[in-house]
Amino acid sequence: METILDIPKQEKEYSYLNLGPTHPATHGIFQNVLKMDGEKVVDAESTIGYIHRAFEKLGERKPFYQIPPLTDRMNYCSSPINNMGWHMTVEKLIGAEIPKRVQYMRIIIMELSRIADHLICNSVIGVDSGALTGYFYLFEQREDIYEIFEEICGARLTTNIGRIGGFERDFNETVWRKIEKFVDVYTKVLGEFERLLNRNRIFVDRCVGAGPISAERALNYGFTGPNLRAAGVDYDVRVAFPYSGYEDFDFNIPVGTNGDTYDRYMVRSQEMWESLKIIKQAIQKCDRTGPFHADIPDFYLPPKEEVYTSMEALIYHFKIVMGETDKPIGEVYHSVEGGNGELGFYLVSDGGRQAYRLHFRRPCFIYYQAYPEMIKGGFLSDAILTLSSMNVIAGELDA
Amino acid sequence: MALTIERVTEKLKEKFGDDILDITLNYDFMTYTLKRERIVDVVRFLYDDEELKFQFLTTMCGMHFPDAKEQLGMVYQLHNMIDNVRVRLKIFFPLEDPNVLTLTGIFSTANWMEREAYDFFGIKFTGHPNMKRILNIDEMDYFPMRKEYAVEDATRTDKDDTMFGRE
Repeated sequence: METILDIPKQEKEYSYLNLGPTHPATHGIFQNVLKMDGEKVVDAESTIGYIHRAFEKLGERKPFYQIPPLTDRMNYCSSPINNMGWHMTVEKLIGAEIPKRVQYMRIIIMELSRIADHLICNSVIGVDSGALTGYFYLFEQREDIYEIFEEICGARLTTNIGRIGGFERDFNETVWRKIEKFVDVYTKVLGEFERLLNRNRIFVDRCVGAGPISAERALNYGFTGPNLRAAGVDYDVRVAFPYSGYEDFDFNIPVGTNGDTYDRYMVRSQEMWESLKIIKQAIQKCDRTGPFHADIPDFYLPPKEEVYTSMEALIYHFKIVMGETDKPIGEVYHSVEGGNGELGFYLVSDGGRQAYRLHFRRPCFIYYQAYPEMIKGGFLSDAILTLSSMNVIAGELDA
Repeated sequence: MALTIERVTEKLKEKFGDDILDITLNYDFMTYTLKRERIVDVVRFLYDDEELKFQFLTTMCGMHFPDAKEQLGMVYQLHNMIDNVRVRLKIFFPLEDPNVLTLTGIFSTANWMEREAYDFFGIKFTGHPNMKRILNIDEMDYFPMRKEYAVEDATRTDKDDTMFGRE
């Protein structure tokens, strides 16, 4: 009688490894079951949804000015970009015109958060391949970025920065001083980090050829952002559909060739240099005093002193908070270049206080589908490195 | 000569004629409403055609309009990266028959996006390799994004909903 112990001689025996939802090497909560033939990965199956918080349903319940805390928590490593993306979507819907100074200030904030996101990803690629030292040097700079955000909006990680129409308050002296100091210090620190890892024999041997993907497959899978640029396609939303004044800036788009871990690491590293370039240009272009929000009294709350003294401001305040302002009926899609790619907001408005339908195009969710294909045939350690170099952030995966 | 959105409209009208029910420009996005059965043919045409080359699927999502005759809908957004043109395709279908043909044969990225639409709205995609829920638990027996399901737990008794328009 045949029992489970009678394994036929010609059938290969695979083992199943559960890279479980909580694992120190997977940065976030998502599960992978790997089918292994010894050390090599034969197949993988992903399970996500452990951190699903029903943002799309909440978007139908909350008024427009309460959505930024939701967008914060999608890609939480670069939350200002998500916030700005949402503000720009609403401004597109209502047809608001934003002063140039506000646009340039937004660019500074978005590029700082892009540096924060890429910094985390690159230092963690180092950690996952065994190089722990670089991580500490870069994370000290992440603290400096968070101090800048804290000075502007009061929060470090989930910032809820900016308002529909601009910023809640102007940047003060300390903010400009900190930004300029950060640009100087970070130039040196990033140079040091690159000298540590870029041409390091061990790092290059680990990363080159780990988790490759070709440009055709990447496009078919809907890749955007650094992962797509590492595969060789130079698609960047900042250049293809410029928003918030990016057309006035001079920057390059780094592109890789093979789409493997080393290319993704190098593309992110180079993008940090480009972001520094953009911030330097923006600091030159911004006056230290000037308007910090657009003139849209229907959506931007009036200053509190006026609310207590003037009747008109009181009425505007009441109407904005209670949702009595007229909103256009229509549907709009706006996308920004997030830390991981094209972050899109599809907003269908029916004129009411909240959106009728709000859909987030989350880049992590879309490109994580390709993970099983990318690790097939590689070793387990390459699978871990591929996962960390793709910069999968669980908040954006599930939303 | 670069592709313009007018040329796309022209070619689609020429090939599909009556299957395109509506063409509107929404804030810089040309939207085509189609008949449900033709979605794969239209997407395949947009993908393969030498001039059109819409070979990137940006996103797709489900919609629910409880007041309309055809309550459920799907929205697809395609992107031509070479000429930088974007289009939006919409299809609508009734609640009793929520079946749509799958796009996974053309775009591998449609796999999880269709699972998300199934999870949230109950739209079934015929031909999908792995039609099961993706973000919610498998045992869930309702579709949460449909308009009849409230955001908050309906059995909650400690909140007074008559104040400040909460219901």
